[in-house]
Amino acid sequence: MREIQVREITAAVERLCQEANYFLGEDIIGALQKGLQEEISPLGKDVFRQLLENAQLAREERMPLCQDTGTVVLFIDLGQDVRLVGGDFNRAINEGVRRGYLGGFLRNSIVDDPLGGRVNTGDNTPAIVHLRLVPGEKVKLVLAPKGGGSENMSAVRMLAPAQGAAGLTDFVVETVCHAGANPCPPVVVGVGLGGNFEEVALLAKRALLRPLGRPHPQHFYADLEKEMLEKINRSGIGPQGFGGRFTALAVHLETAPCHIASLPAAVNMNCHAARHAQVEL
Amino acid sequence: MKLKRLQAPLSDRDMEQLNTGDAVLISGIIFTARDAAHKKMMELLKSGQALPIDLAGQVIYYVGPAPARPGQVIGSAGPTTSGRMDFYTPALLEHGVKALIGKGGRSRAVRHALQKFKGVYLATTGGAGALLAKRILAAEIVAYPELGPEAIRRLVVEDFPAIVINDSHGRDLYEEGRKNYAK
Repeated sequence: MREIQVREITAAVERLCQEANYFLGEDIIGALQKGLQEEISPLGKDVFRQLLENAQLAREERMPLCQDTGTVVLFIDLGQDVRLVGGDFNRAINEGVRRGYLGGFLRNSIVDDPLGGRVNTGDNTPAIVHLRLVPGEKVKLVLAPKGGGSENMSAVRMLAPAQGAAGLTDFVVETVCHAGANPCPPVVVGVGLGGNFEEVALLAKRALLRPLGRPHPQHFYADLEKEMLEKINRSGIGPQGFGGRFTALAVHLETAPCHIASLPAAVNMNCHAARHAQVEL
Repeated sequence: MKLKRLQAPLSDRDMEQLNTGDAVLISGIIFTARDAAHKKMMELLKSGQALPIDLAGQVIYYVGPAPARPGQVIGSAGPTTSGRMDFYTPALLEHGVKALIGKGGRSRAVRHALQKFKGVYLATTGGAGALLAKRILAAEIVAYPELGPEAIRRLVVEDFPAIVINDSHGRDLYEEGRKNYAK
């Protein structure tokens, strides 16, 4: 049994909040450079130029890439041989968020009561935490700040198994096209397939954590990802919806076993940034 | 694509020369407002009370900026989704607002009001908040400080870049762009 002090969790969360908001992944920078070269629309090309310049500025000046520094979504893989000591685990996580946002000049975007006062909590807490128990004695934290504009364009649909791959593709393309310019295209599209009502949404969110350009390990699903990306990019929506070839940078699909009666599907929309940062303790 | 320079606040004449697809650089004074500030202004308008800012000729930028570091004017300051303000926008146009800056499509009612009251809807790059902050030379809270990032701020901007989505003649870049590039 390995003991980990919860204050180590606080420190890690604080750092990850800032890293994820200041530093754009190299995989995404590569995709933006490709877009800059290949986009045929002049307005679209200029969007790529601006996003690349924005990433450089954010990195150099430690400014958030986007003013919407998001809801903190934290994926934790907790080794079952770890014993957390020195305080309340959930409190330690939220203390890390508080320090990360206040100390890092990140925007507080959480309100306390959805229909009540909608009063800002003032420190961007609470985080949304997804905890998995895994073998071993390590703790892996993946922190993904999620912006509201793209989250609002996301959708879950309970398809019939008979609708199959074609039904899934229609749903995904329709969701992205309906979103238009709202989620700040070029987007990264997280797709969940299988599981049940709540699990499929989580699969779609986890799909956003995959490095850009890495296809699904199964050929069938990798081909489906490619087909959906091509269809989305034939829509003409383009960067920021100004018209163009690059509406999405990637479609990532994650799957899970499901009920004989069901084919749950979910689309979690993300802007180009697909922000996340991780650490293993 | 034509590049046009605008000095804010704006006039009806400025509106006439702007066309969907134009790239503009705005200099001068603009005001920030998003969901909560719109709701408060609407309540004042409904009860016939004075607004905290004079809307005539003004540009409203839908943004909730990140906090400034010491020595900075403002933190990251890119656009938020405009559609959420659709409920309020026709009334603001009626009271003299000339331009709105945000991202994403507008309702039919807003597009109609832009024509009727001679206004334009502009988009700036969502996700380029750090870059856009550099075009803001001064920022000052002028109303609703209790709303934090949603307070109304008076910004002095220089060469603030935007694209005309809906002009005052009824055109829409989101529709036209999609048609031009769809395969």
